[in-house]
Amino acid sequence: METKDIYREIINEHNLHPSHHGEISNPTYEMDGVNPSCGDKIKLQFKVDDSGIIEDAVFSGSGCAVSQASCDIMLDLVIGKSREESERITEAFMRMIKGEASDEELEILEEAEALADIAHMPARVKCAVLGWRTMEKIFKENRQ
Amino acid sequence: MTNIFKNDFEILHDDKYIYFDNAATTQRPKQVINAVSEFYRTINSNPLRGLYKWSVKSTAAYENARSKVAEFIGAEDSSEIIFTRNSTESINLIAHSWGLSNIKEGDNITVTILEHHSNLLPWQMVSRVTGASLTFIECSSDGEISDEEILNKIPSNTKLVSAAEISNVLGVRLPIEKISKRAHEVGAVMVVDGAQSAPHKPVDVKALGADFFVFSGHKVMAPMGIGVLYGKLSLLESMPPFLLGGEMIESVSRYDAVFAPVPEKFEAGTVNAAGAVGLAAAIDYVENIGFDIISQREEKLCRLMIEGIKTIPFTKYFGSRIPETHSGIVTFNIEGCHPHDVSSILDTENICIRAGQHCAQPLHEHLGIPASARASMYFYNDESEVERFLEALKKVRSWLGYGN
Repeated sequence: METKDIYREIINEHNLHPSHHGEISNPTYEMDGVNPSCGDKIKLQFKVDDSGIIEDAVFSGSGCAVSQASCDIMLDLVIGKSREESERITEAFMRMIKGEASDEELEILEEAEALADIAHMPARVKCAVLGWRTMEKIFKENRQ
Repeated sequence: MTNIFKNDFEILHDDKYIYFDNAATTQRPKQVINAVSEFYRTINSNPLRGLYKWSVKSTAAYENARSKVAEFIGAEDSSEIIFTRNSTESINLIAHSWGLSNIKEGDNITVTILEHHSNLLPWQMVSRVTGASLTFIECSSDGEISDEEILNKIPSNTKLVSAAEISNVLGVRLPIEKISKRAHEVGAVMVVDGAQSAPHKPVDVKALGADFFVFSGHKVMAPMGIGVLYGKLSLLESMPPFLLGGEMIESVSRYDAVFAPVPEKFEAGTVNAAGAVGLAAAIDYVENIGFDIISQREEKLCRLMIEGIKTIPFTKYFGSRIPETHSGIVTFNIEGCHPHDVSSILDTENICIRAGQHCAQPLHEHLGIPASARASMYFYNDESEVERFLEALKKVRSWLGYGN
């Protein structure tokens, strides 16, 4: 996919009109993610129930279209799923960004597959993974 | 290709690409590439070490480069020139050697808010290790520094002041003469970071009032990996070495060593002789073009770019309102578009710019902008490139899904 098409696919819905941008009160988990080189700064907030299901999640902060859209797509995918499932999805996403994902992995990534070609834009990889890395960290630091 | 200034730069012969990242690194003309290649093809040997003909020649070539640099920046003596890898290493050398042995608790170090991280982090380190305070001279949103700031932020307990001659973000020239005058009034040592000034204007370390002056070869068309530290001889002689090892000693016993005189004292290990030879060729090249021509062309291009940006909706540039004071650097933002997206979109049109914080995070915070895009030009750029760049800028917002 050309850079132009990546932008078309990801920005239309997710950058200009994100579904999960905002803040929630009393989140179970909250974490900041920073991209020092570009100044991107996001905050992730998760509401997770006792059985480990992600009931709701939002992101706030500022960043480039790639990081914002990737974050929004990520939350679309994991809301309603268990933390184990979300960790599996994250793993698949990271492998996809490296160009190593299997067909099965691509399937569970659904819309996030639109970001697969970021692998050809090495400078933008860290933008695409900012939200994912932050979510990974939330679950790693809060093992049940 | 009608731009004769590109003739010697093979990488610029393909008109497809527009290289506007000259503040990060410049391109090298064939004269520099040939000088490096000739060194390796004809006299390559470890300078200073051998007593055979090639080594004598490589030593002479290396020392000739040192003299050329001394002349280029107005140093009195070529032994005041230390070759390093780049400006960053030069500043670290000053911080570790002069800084740690002369600065103590109760002293003050002053820098400006416009500094590149390489002229900030070493001083943070000295401040942390010694307990000295670190003070910032602030600037206006245009990059202007007032006389009061200079007076107030260089208190009488200041031991060292370090400032860039030209900001790598705003392109503005700092009032170095005023800063060094105040520094000397309180008995402080003045360090000038010339990374962005040496490529664009004549440098005279004496007129600047610089006790130390640093610059990077690769920003003046020399190879990467060769940099310069100028220091007043009396200062350099009083300083302990930074790195220890070969070629920097007079004699060595089991438990002790007598160091070589300046400059060898500061050049431990095998030096980058080919890089120094390349730097000498680059200086010849710059002087042959002439700083008057270089600044004339940069000023014209900056004016064209800034006038153009002013007519593009949602787009604004930072720094002085006077294009001629930008030293080839135009930093800008497009509303609603992150600079990284701007840079990726311009890349699809083969336009190379820098995006992010340009190693100047505190300045971005001071200006209240999370990040910015930067187009930086040199004398080999031309009007048609600026025009193509402006056309591309106009399309960025629609690429990102905005209706206008």
